[in-house]
Amino acid sequence: MRGDFGVQAWTSRLLRGKLLHMPHDHHDHDHPHSLLPPAPALRVKALETILTQKGLLDPAALDEIIDTYENKIGPRNGAHVVAKAWSDPDFAARLHEDADKELSALGYYGRQGEHMVVVENTPETHNMVVCTLCSCYPWPLLGIPPGWYKSDAYRARAVREPRAVLADFGVSLPEQTAVRVWDSTAEVRYLVLPMRPRSTDGWSEEALMDLVTRDSMIGTGLAVQP
Amino acid sequence: MGGRFGDGPVVPEAEDEIFHEGWHARALAVVLACGSLGKWNIDVSRHARECLAPKDYAAFSYYEKWMGGLAALLVETGVLTRDELAGQTDEQISALATKKLTADQVAGVLARGGPADRESNAAPAFDIGDAVLTRRIAENVLVSGGHTRLPSYAAGAMGRIMRYHGTHILPDSNAHGLGEAPEPLYAVVFPASELWAHPEHPRDEVVLDLWQSYLEAV
Repeated sequence: MRGDFGVQAWTSRLLRGKLLHMPHDHHDHDHPHSLLPPAPALRVKALETILTQKGLLDPAALDEIIDTYENKIGPRNGAHVVAKAWSDPDFAARLHEDADKELSALGYYGRQGEHMVVVENTPETHNMVVCTLCSCYPWPLLGIPPGWYKSDAYRARAVREPRAVLADFGVSLPEQTAVRVWDSTAEVRYLVLPMRPRSTDGWSEEALMDLVTRDSMIGTGLAVQP
Repeated sequence: MGGRFGDGPVVPEAEDEIFHEGWHARALAVVLACGSLGKWNIDVSRHARECLAPKDYAAFSYYEKWMGGLAALLVETGVLTRDELAGQTDEQISALATKKLTADQVAGVLARGGPADRESNAAPAFDIGDAVLTRRIAENVLVSGGHTRLPSYAAGAMGRIMRYHGTHILPDSNAHGLGEAPEPLYAVVFPASELWAHPEHPRDEVVLDLWQSYLEAV
């Protein structure tokens, strides 16, 4: 039945501009997305095509957005903040006091990072971040969330069994360490400040940055022990 | 879906896997760019995704949900007609075209973001450390079936105020055209044993950001 709404039919309607009656034999069709081709890649292409034709979308702007998150904004921003906090106790203290102010000064303010809180791991407490309701994530510091962060499995399990989830990442915590899971239910975004690896005294900020993984800043990993 | 059973393992990924498919990137960019048309806010947009039919929500991949939500919003707000979505476009430039996000505006729009804190007359009713009880039913009390940000796993649970975030837009109102209705927002900490029958560790905790109207004093 869905084949009737394939991209060929959709494209030919688009090209001919002819009115064809859409059958309403299936309840799915009340949802506007069912008017688009079913294959997701074609569904996106169809939306982009229509919106561009109506003057509502600039394909060059889409390229720019994609380039931003593929090449400019990603977890190296967060790693810079973590390495700086490890290197500079005054900065770390200010970061805990007013993260937005310090991160803005470094140029890491922006969409999905308007209200930042940095939570520090200690031998007593390991922090881990999730968004059970959708996929909230600190974009200016970590970029686009990884697939697993947006997955049903992570969203469902991180709050109930964080240690079992950590095991999926090969992480096992000592018995004395409590896990504190932050469910990002509002517009506040959380960055985990992982514990500094041992035997890194005197390392430069640049060298320390290489030890800071994306997962260590979400709390599903630890910083790399050299 | 927080707390749900049966989802299987979480599968880690390399850091350089940003978009798994070209269309994922395109979908994200289309949704972000359409936000600039100014016809909805982030709460309306989240609610649109939640309004997908449950079987679609379960079957759709992440960015398919984004597409589904966007298609619904475009029609609901009159940006596109159902006929246009179906490919019957008249190719007339929309009156909204002046709002189109252009390539040169992208960096500025992403850098400005959309802060959610607002001045409010609602005074904080709780102090750090206060015990609070969350609303027993995790539903929107303003609109039947409406948007809310109280997950059902944390409904009717007792926690403590851990942090005050200031006054923020209330999604339960803002998702339904009822105004921003800003009110105090708190980080509230719950022992895992308050939320789960079989917590993994006696000292584990879950923290949620919750609006004042979701909470009552104990």
